[in-house]
Amino acid sequence: MTPPTTERVNLLRDPLDRRLPRIAGPCVLVIFGVTGDLSTKKLMPAVYDLANRGLLPPGFALVGFARREWEHQDFAKIVHDAVRQHARTPFREEVWKQLSEGIRFVPGEIGDDDSVRRLRDTIAELDEARGTGGNHAFYLSIPPGLFQTVVDQLREHGLAEQRYGQWSRVVIEKPFGHNLASARELNRVVSSVFPSSSVFRIDHYLGKETVQNMMALRFANQLFEPVWNNNYVDHVQITMAEDIGIGGRAGYFDGIGIARDVIQNHLLQLLALTAMEEPTSFEAAQLRAEKQKVLAAARPPERMDLHTARGRYTGGWQGGSKVAGYLEEKGIPASTTTETYAAIRVDIDNRRWAGVPFYLRTGKRLARRVTEIALGFKRAPHLPFTATDTEELGYNALVLRIQPDEGVTLRFGAKVPGTQMEIREVNMDFAYGGSFTESSPEAYERLILDVLLGDPPLFPQHEEVELSWQILDPILDYWASTDTPPQDYEPGGWGPGCATEMLARDGHVWRRP
Amino acid sequence: MIITLTDTSTAKISTALLRARRNAGSPAQGMVLTLLVVCDEKEYESALKAATESGREHPARILLIVTASGRVASLDAEVRLGEGTPGEVVVIRMRGPLASQPASVVRPLLLPDSPVVIWWPGKAPSNIADDELAGLAVRRVTDAASAKRPLAELKTRAATYQPGDTDLSWTRLTRWRALLAASLDQYPARILGATVEAERNSPSADLLAAWLQSCLRVKVRRKITAGPGMTAVRMSTAAGDIAITRSDGLLASYTVPGQPERLVALKRRKPPS
Repeated sequence: MTPPTTERVNLLRDPLDRRLPRIAGPCVLVIFGVTGDLSTKKLMPAVYDLANRGLLPPGFALVGFARREWEHQDFAKIVHDAVRQHARTPFREEVWKQLSEGIRFVPGEIGDDDSVRRLRDTIAELDEARGTGGNHAFYLSIPPGLFQTVVDQLREHGLAEQRYGQWSRVVIEKPFGHNLASARELNRVVSSVFPSSSVFRIDHYLGKETVQNMMALRFANQLFEPVWNNNYVDHVQITMAEDIGIGGRAGYFDGIGIARDVIQNHLLQLLALTAMEEPTSFEAAQLRAEKQKVLAAARPPERMDLHTARGRYTGGWQGGSKVAGYLEEKGIPASTTTETYAAIRVDIDNRRWAGVPFYLRTGKRLARRVTEIALGFKRAPHLPFTATDTEELGYNALVLRIQPDEGVTLRFGAKVPGTQMEIREVNMDFAYGGSFTESSPEAYERLILDVLLGDPPLFPQHEEVELSWQILDPILDYWASTDTPPQDYEPGGWGPGCATEMLARDGHVWRRP
Repeated sequence: MIITLTDTSTAKISTALLRARRNAGSPAQGMVLTLLVVCDEKEYESALKAATESGREHPARILLIVTASGRVASLDAEVRLGEGTPGEVVVIRMRGPLASQPASVVRPLLLPDSPVVIWWPGKAPSNIADDELAGLAVRRVTDAASAKRPLAELKTRAATYQPGDTDLSWTRLTRWRALLAASLDQYPARILGATVEAERNSPSADLLAAWLQSCLRVKVRRKITAGPGMTAVRMSTAAGDIAITRSDGLLASYTVPGQPERLVALKRRKPPS
């Protein structure tokens, strides 16, 4: 029997009742590429954690699709093990019972009509048995090259149709293309089948929590906004460093490089969140409008040779063990010019930021894993101290630490206790909470919940993706045209010499995060 | 680190806290509230555990106030910091005449500016509004279910209610309420009546019945079962019942007219003990 169709206000919901969470309606989550690392380490545990927090509907179903000869039970076992190993909340038998009722597996191959027909039948069976009522989300954890095939097949078999009272949504992951043209093509493929409100792009580096933390810091306070402009800010450094190498991702990474992998989506998103104006509200659409405006005002440097840098790690010692250089990694051709470190300068042509350079850097095999945004302030216009008093005084800095240890650091000068007048720099630290983050929902949980609830995501839509490529494309073209390999740098340090020189030209120094 | 202070004063406790924090290497702590826990020796262990758990989510200065009777006034304290303790925990034992003047001890130990929350794991004062310690707090947490006569306790709370009062018998209901609200999101039918089934002494069940009655404006029946806790909620529609039934206190079954019956995890909520 179909539910009564008349629109009726839910009398049990009261906007003042903040305690009451929203639970998604019964639905099916279909994961393509379910044998991947991401799916066992992130997606399955996130699904379990949501159930454990009571945020999944009683009629939730999880369908795996992959090229394996598995039965439903085999797949359920895999999910069970993944949950046991990686879930953030404690394992509870009754939660598992609720979940396991709705776990199915469809063996098959992408591009094979019989497989997709089997998938359709499984989903139809679930709609019946679990009451999921035609609500489906498709998570494409597969290489972008296969998107076209998958979305076409979903359409052909009627799985992508948007019917009244039902929904069909798709989740895709970065990279969103490898340049502007391919990003547009990707968008054309996906949007030919799914309307843009049904497409969820996830950047797993940038959780909703982080975005909201930044919004709260910038716009809930009176303290920061007055100095958040070129009157006070001297320059901004945005860093995302990894201490690992490319690991087993040679096939994916070589030819792509870290600029495409990290700067295009992650660092430029952080730049947009740092530099944008205050949105009129925190609805996804308003937030996106502001991010788009500032990305449209951002431009790559005029002198690419002076204001970009790239590097490649060599072999050596890092963190107490001997590590291989990029060229020695398995599957990397000797002729490669792929960079594992990239630094660029971005300028924003608007009233707030004119004249303030934004330096973006990212690299692998750096000293430690860290992501942060550091606003460096101008020095005081006059110091009523002798030069020797302030020898140890640098510039004031406000650092938004994204990970690990999410928090805020304020660096300022203070007197050294004692009879001498001496000023040195000190830190004031705020942490969002060490142990607190262990149990708080993780990026994937928030995303899956948004998908199931149909909340417009804070993740970028295709306009932002294209604007980011417009900034990065000229730099990539320049690098491709130089015909020289990236500069070598030692593992366990902070990148190649050319990156240091790049900042020295402007009279700046990279922060040691 | 645990520092034990016998026959002490507030000033000495403050100094011990400051010194302990310095020794731990970081004088700054991102604590967001002061949590006062008022209990007796019997409840002390479980209250400490529960407060520490909550401190993991919301770093707090936790002041456990343990009072006992006696002829001579005495004040002992125990400062705990680091080693698995989030924020700071101070156990303060007051005896004799001092036990009736706890605010004089507590006031200097509150964190500057941050909100103060007070929780009585066991017996709460009959009129919270008149209580000296409660007057320091912006949020006052009681638990009717822990009283000898829970329903009478709930009535007392209702009679003296002020904004900022919370009873745990209400927060225990959140999952039930979320499921019921979600069921009406999915199946927006007109509700003709409802039944709440639970063991006899369940203030939560009575609150849920009252909530349904006031929101849905229908008659809600309260049925007594063997428990544990709440066992079922049924809302009747023209096409049949929307029902959530839970007989084991762990796993519930969820039914909506015209749809298959499904399982949902619905564990009874209680503070860790």
